[in-house]
Amino acid sequence: MANKLIGQNYTTPDLVAKVTGKAKYAEDYRVDGMLFCKLLTSPMPHARVKRLDTSKALAMPGVKAILTADDMPGAAAGATLGENVQSTAQAERGLTNEPLYQGEPILAIAATSELEAAEAVEAIDIEFEALPFVVDPIEALRPGSANARTQGNVWVRPPAPAGGRGASGDAARGRGAAPPSPPPPQVTVWKWTEADFANAKEGELPLGKFSDEWSFGNVDDGLKKADLVLDETFMTQSTGHQPLETRTAMAYWQNGKCYLHGSTQSTVQTVASFARWAGIQPNQVVMISEYTGGGFGSKIPGSIFMAIPALLSKKANAPVMMRITREEEHFIGRARPGVIARVKAGFTKDGRITAIDMYAICDNGPYDAQGDARTAGTTISLAYQPQAMRWRGLTVLTNTPPKVSQRAPGGMQGVGIMEPILSKAARRLGIDQVEIRKINAPSGKAPFGPTLPNGKQAYVTSAFVKEALDKGRELFKWDEKKAAFSGKRQGTKARGIGVAVSPFAGGSIGFDALFIIKPDGRIQIQSGIGNLGTHSLFDVHRIVAEMLDVPWEQCDVVFGNTAKNLPWTCVSAGSQTAHAMTRAAHAASTSAIKKLQEIAAKSRGGNPEAYKVAGGKVSGPGGSMTFAQAAQKAIELGGTYDGHEVPEELNNFTKTSAKALAGQGLMGVAKDTYPRDGQSQSYVVGFAAVEVDTETGAVKVLDYTAIGDVGRILNPRGLKGQLFGGSMLGLGHAMTQRWAYDQHYGLALARRFHHNRPPTILDAPTNFIGDAVDLADPETPTGIRGVGEPPVGAAYGAIMNAIADAIGDDAFKRSPVTADILLTSLENGGKRTHETLTAHI
Amino acid sequence: MAVIRDVIAAFELFQPATVDDAVRLLDQHGADALVLAGGLDSMDWLKDRLKRPRYVVDLSQIKELRGVRDVVGGLEIGAMTPLTEVVRHPLVKDRFGLLMQAAELVASPQIRNQGTIGGNVSQDTRCWYYRGGWNCYRAGGNTCYADTPTAINREHAIFDADRCVAVSPSDTAPALVALDAQMIIRNSRGERVVPAEEYFVGPGIDITRMNTLRPGDLLTAIRIPATWAGAQFYFEKVRDRQVWDFPLVNIASAIKPDGGNIGSMRLVVGAVSCVPRRLKDVETAVAGKPRNEETAKMAGEMAIQGAQPLRYNGYKLPLMRNLVKRAIRGSEGGSWTS
Repeated sequence: MANKLIGQNYTTPDLVAKVTGKAKYAEDYRVDGMLFCKLLTSPMPHARVKRLDTSKALAMPGVKAILTADDMPGAAAGATLGENVQSTAQAERGLTNEPLYQGEPILAIAATSELEAAEAVEAIDIEFEALPFVVDPIEALRPGSANARTQGNVWVRPPAPAGGRGASGDAARGRGAAPPSPPPPQVTVWKWTEADFANAKEGELPLGKFSDEWSFGNVDDGLKKADLVLDETFMTQSTGHQPLETRTAMAYWQNGKCYLHGSTQSTVQTVASFARWAGIQPNQVVMISEYTGGGFGSKIPGSIFMAIPALLSKKANAPVMMRITREEEHFIGRARPGVIARVKAGFTKDGRITAIDMYAICDNGPYDAQGDARTAGTTISLAYQPQAMRWRGLTVLTNTPPKVSQRAPGGMQGVGIMEPILSKAARRLGIDQVEIRKINAPSGKAPFGPTLPNGKQAYVTSAFVKEALDKGRELFKWDEKKAAFSGKRQGTKARGIGVAVSPFAGGSIGFDALFIIKPDGRIQIQSGIGNLGTHSLFDVHRIVAEMLDVPWEQCDVVFGNTAKNLPWTCVSAGSQTAHAMTRAAHAASTSAIKKLQEIAAKSRGGNPEAYKVAGGKVSGPGGSMTFAQAAQKAIELGGTYDGHEVPEELNNFTKTSAKALAGQGLMGVAKDTYPRDGQSQSYVVGFAAVEVDTETGAVKVLDYTAIGDVGRILNPRGLKGQLFGGSMLGLGHAMTQRWAYDQHYGLALARRFHHNRPPTILDAPTNFIGDAVDLADPETPTGIRGVGEPPVGAAYGAIMNAIADAIGDDAFKRSPVTADILLTSLENGGKRTHETLTAHI
Repeated sequence: MAVIRDVIAAFELFQPATVDDAVRLLDQHGADALVLAGGLDSMDWLKDRLKRPRYVVDLSQIKELRGVRDVVGGLEIGAMTPLTEVVRHPLVKDRFGLLMQAAELVASPQIRNQGTIGGNVSQDTRCWYYRGGWNCYRAGGNTCYADTPTAINREHAIFDADRCVAVSPSDTAPALVALDAQMIIRNSRGERVVPAEEYFVGPGIDITRMNTLRPGDLLTAIRIPATWAGAQFYFEKVRDRQVWDFPLVNIASAIKPDGGNIGSMRLVVGAVSCVPRRLKDVETAVAGKPRNEETAKMAGEMAIQGAQPLRYNGYKLPLMRNLVKRAIRGSEGGSWTS
């Protein structure tokens, strides 16, 4: 594959609309007769609706319909709830009569104006029975403590069928020989004992009974032979996703179909999940989403609350717009689960990790089990290649907003938990921080995660982490900075530097691509990718132009509306898109090239193989044909050439779309069936320099460098954007972003943007460098992997390491590392004063 | 009845063009009227439906309330002057750099464009229990939810709690107290002038208000006398992030040197109590002393005497102590030279 387009900067076709405000998001649509709806949400963390009288509200002027939990379909088991998480029968339903968190929607009212709808909500006569609640995961494990759900306080997976033990979700994803699916988890009552709590020292995670476990190698031997063993507890915080576009949705019905305007991380995959949530058939759904104002994992795909305007619209027989406010978004907009972990790690005196024994608690919220604690473990096993590892964990229910994957789910937490330990070990052993990471870095087909039923671990497609560390060391000027100010003070300012290694999933396989070379010579590319703000929606299709050797300007990308016949596509999550959809584009381009060659041979004579596609033509022994001529000929030939016949292995979604488009030109359509040996993981290494004001505790990030090992560079500008954006999310977790809950009342105190303190542009590093090693992944024909997620953990870990370098390893054991934490530790001789085990403070 | 937030309830809007008209409307409607300046505080209350005034008197059309005027070496700043204008005004910069610095650290550029100086000093506390609609003392109830064993009170008071532990969130207020500003207040009975220090009201005096404004009152201007013009100023705000954040603690000071020593000083700390806390004892103690580490240390320790931390705000003691030290001896020594 050439590099006329791949690896080059360009301007995406949607950019002008985005920066000028012409782009239309769900909230920007207006339809004749459209009603507005408002939600009545739970004022309590856990309650049951005892009495509900809607008569007064219904009688109010302008009120058209009220939707309650009774109108909602049953829990939609099997729906995708983010990366690798499937809903169970205990999943949420959009509206409920037993709210499990403050802010959970109970009913929705449609009226001719938003004000009327709001006033009608106030006129609802509702009485709640308060139920026991808990907002802190450790508290939920104390003997006699309240349970977040009436059924219990933890998700427990029943024993797997024979041979299925240890089938991690991570390992199951994308492997040729995936282990059998484990049975679905169940909510159970599960408490630790007083003795468990008594056995833990202050600030240490008690090691009570656990429900989940995996391992490889012999951890006890590894710890025994270690020259240095560290035992540390660390708490990562829960944070809301905070996309700038809240999950506003508008729906109307026409000719038996529901037209839904919404915000989503996948245009095509929202159809099935929305249909399940709304209790309708997928073929009744037309999903329209040209622009999405960010998702970060909270809109995979779409949102369950899309069902509310859809069903209200049906009930009121009018279009319904549901605008979600920032405060509502705080509650229903999803969140990253905090993970509290205790890690015992053994090191040889030359820095090699002999064993890691990890125990992790996931603050799961009230609904389906999230994999963050487990993924934190597999991420650690990949990033630092311990010779042996055991992971144990518990997924604890709390009456806090529902959690789902947030950009690098579990991966970010794993890096944040392990990096300070690695830094401390390096300091104790007198090893350079970059060196100790190189000593333990994954390389080539690096193994990770549990021992699988076949006796082996899963492994990655490739890893060039050492190369990334070397490149970053140079660009960041690590050695210079280390000599100049690492751990040194001038006056009241202490400076420190830190480095961190962060892997995360970098691509899936098996999706379809679809395009048509039209009789006017233009190439119409169909895209089912959600437009959530990255460049990948357009980037991946440049493979088509590259392979067909046509200018990008000759291509039109059709996207954002499932009525426009889109192919089956991955969700834009798990950093899949760049990898998965360039593979699919490669396959479809290959199929189109073959068709072009055959058409040329049929028209001009000779062997198809003798014809070459270049310069917008197909040329060979019998002369050449323009794409326009070939497209015309394809229509005449029909069959596979113009899409009347398509490959059997295509997804039905693609088949339906191809059928609708057949006969319009030469169709390039294929499923990605390329082999892949290993799982695609991407890596980012982060380098941070910080300055801590020892009189105020304020931290400033002076320099930050992110180096990706993310395969071949697809779009340099997109790469840098992802590295910067992901780094800012990691910076936010390291320094500012958090929740606050009053445990006694179970209610949220930080409900708005400024309470939750996501970082701002003025918190950004003074100097930022983003680059990549630009080495092709050997297991994908395009060499490209994803970049979206690994930057998050890299910045999170590197910045915390730099703070520790500036003022000491023991100043903090939780994030975000805020001024109050640092200042009180400094007052206390550098020792932590803040509680490690209390969440949301 | 069910609760809903984030939708403004209906009200009758007045947009008077003169102060006289505004005062007349406020007199007429008394406690039923809400005064709307830049709206950064009021809109929150309205959106949350926690305040439901029947009438809103919007001051945005009153030209005489806006602008900075030279008044014999001092300044008079109209209450509706946007913070951005305060920051950019050459006379503010020349004479009262302290106020310029304070105003520039308020929130974000967008909020400074919309927010006014009158609104900034008169805003209500940001205690998240009170503003979250909890029925606390300040809201007319009989509990302080921010002062319980489980309360999250990292941003609350370390001084002068009296049933309520909320703090003054303003950045310009400490600067104005330090500059000995006067607040010009109009109502139907005429004009009164209140020293900035007395403008702010603690819970011991009135737990439902942050300042002396009563229904019918209108803050029209802030007058800064020439007294402290061109003094040596220090302002610092410590916050969690660098845009759109209230102070964890802020400090404003003005020093008139006497030879190499401190001649006289005004020193005010914000976000440690319900009102900007003027440290008169420290001011007296440092007079005549050199601006060195020793004086700074003495002042810092003295400043936090009597502080009573809550569960999560103990850090405010060393923070306030250190900021007082810096106000005395400066923070320049802390900068990296490399």
